[in-house]
Amino acid sequence: MTATPVPQILLLHPDDNVLVVVAAVEAGDLLPVGGGTVPAREGITVGHKVARVALRPGDKVIKYGAPIGSMTAAAAPAEWIHMHNMKSDYIAAHDRTAAGGPA
Amino acid sequence: MIEGYLRGDGRKGIRNVVAVAYLVECAHHVARRIVDRVDDPDVHLIGFPGCYPNTYAGRIMEAIATHPNVGGVVLVSLGCESFDRERLAAAVRASGRPVELLVIQQAGGTAATIAAGIAAVGRIRDQAAEAPRAPMRLDELVVATICGGSDGTSGITANPAVGRAFDRLVEAGATCIFEETGELVGCERIMADRAVTPELGREIERCVAKAEHYYTVMGFGSFAPGNAEGGLTTQEEKSMGAYSKSGSSPISGIVKPGDVPPSAGLYLLDVVPDGEPRFGFPNISDNAEIVELIACGAHLTLFTTGRGSVVGSAISPVIKICANPETARRLGPDMDINAGRILEGTASLDELGEEIVARVVAVAEGARTVSEELGHREFILTYKAFEPVGPACLPVSGRRAA
Repeated sequence: MTATPVPQILLLHPDDNVLVVVAAVEAGDLLPVGGGTVPAREGITVGHKVARVALRPGDKVIKYGAPIGSMTAAAAPAEWIHMHNMKSDYIAAHDRTAAGGPA
Repeated sequence: MIEGYLRGDGRKGIRNVVAVAYLVECAHHVARRIVDRVDDPDVHLIGFPGCYPNTYAGRIMEAIATHPNVGGVVLVSLGCESFDRERLAAAVRASGRPVELLVIQQAGGTAATIAAGIAAVGRIRDQAAEAPRAPMRLDELVVATICGGSDGTSGITANPAVGRAFDRLVEAGATCIFEETGELVGCERIMADRAVTPELGREIERCVAKAEHYYTVMGFGSFAPGNAEGGLTTQEEKSMGAYSKSGSSPISGIVKPGDVPPSAGLYLLDVVPDGEPRFGFPNISDNAEIVELIACGAHLTLFTTGRGSVVGSAISPVIKICANPETARRLGPDMDINAGRILEGTASLDELGEEIVARVVAVAEGARTVSEELGHREFILTYKAFEPVGPACLPVSGRRAA
C-alpha cells in the first residue's frame, strides 16, 4: 500500500460505530480499524461508510454521535455499510428503479 | 463597503433586477422571449404556471416582485387565467417600483406582446436605474442556505463550513435562514434544544413531525438516488449532515414561505404545506426551495453540494460550495468555493467559514457568482397551502431600527 498524505477514513464522533471514507479505498488497502488494521474487501468510494466495530442485525448505526438507522445484516470491522446491510428508522430510501406513485 | 439599492419600504437590495413575470404557463413563451431578446444579465424571468387560483403562489409572486433585489417588474398575462394580475401590479406599484402589465389577449397576440414587452423592459430598466444607493451593513443582510446533490462528504465539509459562516453572520447581526424540514427528520430533538423558548422548541418538533407525515404519504423521503450513490444510506443520515448548515446559534423562530424574519438571528423555514397532502411533493426540486428562501427576503443563498449541482437562481445570487474534492475537480468551473480541501488537509473548517463570509460580502458588494456568470437564473413555483405561523413560532418580534 502506498502511503497517503491524508487519512482514508475519518471518525466523526467518539460514539460512532461507523467511519467515513474520505479518500478512495481500493480492495486490499489496510484500514486502521479497531486498534489494528483490516484489509478492505472491496473498493469503496469517498463519502461512504465502513464499520468501526462488528455490527449485528438490529444494531443502531451511529454517525455524528446520533443514530442514522439500523443494521439489517451483520458486518465485520472495515466492511462497507450501505443500503445492502442497513435501513432508515424513518422513511425508506429509494433508487432509480422506484415507481413514482400509482401508474 | 456594500452599497445597497434603497427601496421604499426601507429594505436594501444587493442587485437591481428587472423581473419579467408570466402569470400562467400560457404566457411563459412570450415572457421568456422578451427576456431572451433583451439579453441583459439583470433582466430575469420568473412566473407561475398554474391556471387555478392559489393563495400561496400569489403571495410568493408578490414577495418576489417586491424583493429588495428587484428594481422593477413587467407582468405578462394571457388574459383568461385565475391569477389576480391587477392585485400584483398594485402591490408592486405600492412598493414604489415601476411596473407594467401586458395582457396577450388584449395586446394583439404573441409577436405584438413580445415587441411591447421589450419596449416595456426598456422603460422599467431606465426607471429602476434611478434607484437611490445607500450604505448597507452586514446586519441588514438576509442570507439563506440550502443543500442539493448531497453525498457523504457534505456533512463533513461544506455543510459545517456554512454552519461556521452562519455563526459569524448571526454574531454580526445578520438574519440567516435554513430550511427543508423533510431533511431535518431525525434531528428534531437536538434542534428543539436550540430554540430560544421551550414553546418554539415544541413548534420545531411539530413541524418536523408534519414533514415526516407528509413525506410518508408521498411515499418518498427527501432523498435522491444520487445521495445513495454518494454514500448516504438513510434520510436521517442525510438530515444530520444537512442540519450542520445551521451552525450553533440559538434558533430565533420559524417562518413559512413569504414571511420575512422579524429580527436578526437564525430562522428555520418550514417548507412543508399544512393540512392533508394535496398538491404533491413539498418542493419538487432544489430551486423550489431557493424561490421560497428568496420570498423570505434572502439577498443571497449559500448552496452546498457533494454530487455537484450546477444551478443558480433568478433574483438572488447563489454561492455554490462544493463538499467533495473529487466533484470539485470534475465540476470546478461551476463552484465558487471548494470545501473539499478540508478532506485534503489544505484548509480547516474555520478557514472555510471565513472564506464563505468573505465571499458573501464580496457578492453583496456586487461581485458576480459563478452561476450568475454562467447565466443560471432558474425559477420554479408550484401549488401549496399554508396556515400562518402561530405566535410561539416568532418569540422575538420587531426588527431593530436600521
